[in-house]
This record gives sequence, C-alpha cells and structure tokens, in this order.
Amino acid sequence: MGKQGGDSSRLISEQGLRLDGRRIDELRPIKIEVGTLKNADGSAFIQFGKNKIMAAVYGPKEVHPKHSALPNRSVLRCRYHMSPFSTEERKNPAPSRREIEISKVMREALEPALMLEDYPRTAIDVFVEVLQSDGGSRCAGISAASVALADAGINMRDLVSACAAGKVAGQVVMDVDDTEDKEGQADMPVALMPMTNQITLLQLDGQLNDEEFSKAFSWALDGCKRVYQLQREALVGKYFGTNGKTEELSQ
Amino acid sequence: MSELLSKGRRLDGRGLMDIRDLVVEANVIEKAEGSARVKLGNTELIAGVKVNLGTPFPDTPDKGLLVVSAEVLPLASPYAEPGPPNEDTIELARVADRGVRESGMIDVSKLVLVEGKSVYAVFVDVSILNVDGNLFDATSYGVVAALLTTKIPKYEISAEGQPVKTEETMSLPIQTVPISVTFAKIGNQLLVDPASEEEAVMDARLTLVSDDRGNICAGQKGQAGTLSPEQILLAASTAKLKGEEIRAQIKRGISGLV
Repeated sequence: MGKQGGDSSRLISEQGLRLDGRRIDELRPIKIEVGTLKNADGSAFIQFGKNKIMAAVYGPKEVHPKHSALPNRSVLRCRYHMSPFSTEERKNPAPSRREIEISKVMREALEPALMLEDYPRTAIDVFVEVLQSDGGSRCAGISAASVALADAGINMRDLVSACAAGKVAGQVVMDVDDTEDKEGQADMPVALMPMTNQITLLQLDGQLNDEEFSKAFSWALDGCKRVYQLQREALVGKYFGTNGKTEELSQ
Repeated sequence: MSELLSKGRRLDGRGLMDIRDLVVEANVIEKAEGSARVKLGNTELIAGVKVNLGTPFPDTPDKGLLVVSAEVLPLASPYAEPGPPNEDTIELARVADRGVRESGMIDVSKLVLVEGKSVYAVFVDVSILNVDGNLFDATSYGVVAALLTTKIPKYEISAEGQPVKTEETMSLPIQTVPISVTFAKIGNQLLVDPASEEEAVMDARLTLVSDDRGNICAGQKGQAGTLSPEQILLAASTAKLKGEEIRAQIKRGISGLV
C-alpha cells in the first residue's frame, strides 16, 4: 500500500548493504529449470530470491470457444495466479483485480516476442503459478514464461527478460524484494527483448525524479540482461547438456 | 494514417504532442462530496467522490482509506457490455488509483479520527459516459478535479471517544496534483492523447503520471507492441512538460471552487 511518507532508512545499512546483505546494484540469487512439468508442452521453474514460480505452456492447440479463434494468427492467453499459501496471510484463491491486471500486462509483455502469425486458428495458453511470492513476482513470472514458451518450441523473435529496479532509503536499487517493495519509495518493473533492445513491459509505482528515473530504468535493463544470460544458459543446458538447470548464487 | 504521422500531422489536424480540447467542470453532482465532469475531445465522464467513516486496515491503523474505481457504462459505446468489469476496465481503475496513491496527492495520515478505529473512507468512482480514446488520462483528470473540489464533513470526538458529525466542512488534505499523460506509439511515432481511431491502430501505449514537484510517480505500458529505451526517456520528459500545462488548465477549470 502506498510508498509515500514511510521511513525506509532501515532498509540500507551504513555500509550500503540491504536487509538481505545485497549491494544496491545486486540481483537476488536466481535459478531457472527448464522442462519441469511432464504434461505441459513447455515449462520452466524459476527461483528468484524467495520467489518460487512455475510457468507452463499448452499449445498451439485448438481454441475453445471456437469463435475466439483468429484466422491469421494464434491467440495468446495468460493467467498469472498466486497460490493461497504463497503469501504471509492466506490469499483468497479467486483471481484478484491485481492478478487480472498482471495477467494482462504479462500477455502484452510476451506477445511481441512470439511469431503468432505462424499458428493461425490456434490458442497458446501460458499459466504462471506463484507458489511463493517475494516481490518482483511478475518479472520472475515473465522470465519463466518466456523460457517455457521457448521450451514448447513456439517460434520466437527473442526471449523476454524482466527485472525491476526501484528506490529504497533515498537510493536507486536493483531488483526490489518484498520488504523493499512494501516499505520502499518506488518500484519499476521492466521487461526487455534483449536482442532487439525493445521494451515490452514498463510499470512504475512510487516517486522518481528525472535522474532517478533514468538510473532506475538503466539498472532495470542491466538486470534484464543478466536474467537473459541465465535464461539462455538454462535452455542451452536442457537441449545441449547439463539437464536444464542453471544457478547463480552470487554475482 | 502513418503517412500523415510521418509529416507530424494527425487525422483530426492535431500535432503529435497536442491534446484534444479539455473541459473540466466541477460540482456537477450535488449529492456527492466532490464531483467533476470531464470532456477530453469526445471522451466524456463523471467522477464522483463519496466520503463516509470506515475502519482502517489492520496494517495501517494510522491512515484513512482511499479507493478509486471506474466503470465503462453500457451506454458509453456500442462495444461496452454490462456485467463484471473486464481486464481493460480493471487496468484503467488500477492505474488511476496508482497515480493518486503513489503521488501522495491526499495525505491519508490526516484522514484519521480515532487511530485504529475510525477513519475517513474516500471513494472516487468514475462513470465513463462516452468512449473516444484515452480513457486513462480523462479518468485521471476527473479523479483529480473531483478530489480537489471535495468538501468533507468535520467530526468532533465525543467524551466516549466516538466521532460526531458537525455542520462544518473542510477540503481534503491535498499535497500535490498528479497529472497523467498517455502516449500511443504508431509505427515509430509517439503521440499524446490518442483518440479512438488512433488507439485502434496503436502498437503500444505508455501512461506516465507526474506530480508538481518534478517526479514521475506512476507508469504503465500497455498493448502488445514495444518501445525503445530512447522513446521511454523522451516520454518521461514530455510527460512532465505536458503535465504542467494540463495541471494549470484543470486548476483554471475549477478555480473559485477549491
């Protein structure tokens, strides 16, 4: 709720370290596994700090209801959902307004990377299930979904890599975690197609002046590029050895 | 249209960075504590503020409640349908709410009567009457104008610690006036305040909200297209410049009522 007014000075120590010991320009540990679900056409599991998120892709497949099919391309459908046990307080399992909005921006963030025109009259379903949430779950979810889409063999122009930057205790920080999101001053999730350098998602909650905006934006892009490396490694690992796991414990 | 745009012109004759005629009229609903009617070109809506007493959220006992919602009424367009809000309307209301909340427009810590028990609950509802593009900005202007002109009843705290309504009223504790500016990207051109026919062909949309202290305080990219990093930085600086003009225009529209 609201990022104004609160005193977030406790979030960065005098030594310039954050509550979890990170520097201000450091990502949380990230781990991506490809092909973790048997039934899905493509899947990926991402751990991004304490976020644990499963993404699965079904399709291209027949569309139900039939009238929602398009003659010239596939229909991309996305569902972002949080499990009731994923948060401190039990979350009502019915989709909230927040989840509906995130599902929409997630679909719009993934769609530019997909060659939907290659699959007319079909649907591609992307399911993102947040099993444990820790701030930045939409970014981690988009990154995992993009890997799952590649795993499903959908034709793609590029991967989509996402990372947030924000402002905490008056300083721009990379990759805002749950506490920093709640008590900090700003959170800006960004998704990037790294090969083409195009932005597919940008949101902002909280106040940033000109200089902070440019800095946070550029740090978020740096984070996206780091995530991209790990996505690539995970995919290369699955299809060319190391059975689809990559891990980054520290930078 | 893209041929026109490459010459810096638009179907309705505007330049790329011109908004349509904006008319803001306040106090249009007597029974609401605050209200405004906004026309942005042919997009038209009414924002109304209702204020009652409520219980604060357990995790913010020292803050009042502020809720912004929006509805595209079935009479607003041949494509609008009654029923539960669809994802577009939910996004619209949440982005409008974000602009007001994150800018700190209302000092919610001043809306507390008895900490943890009784606070002002401020509900801003937006009824969209006619859809002709850029609902995001029109909604933002309606919400801001309605809140600026809102008069809420003053309460006294009785000996038993209960709030008692008095005849006096007061304005809301306003700290800043957030202004939303929405860009459409068509081809490789950025333009502000897209009308319906422009939204129909836009590749991407970007909404940025700025306050009157030089901060960008909320943002949302929409649609399945992309933007380059340079376009985003250009939009950020333009949003602040246009924001100042529009803020002055809204203030003129409601002057004498605040």
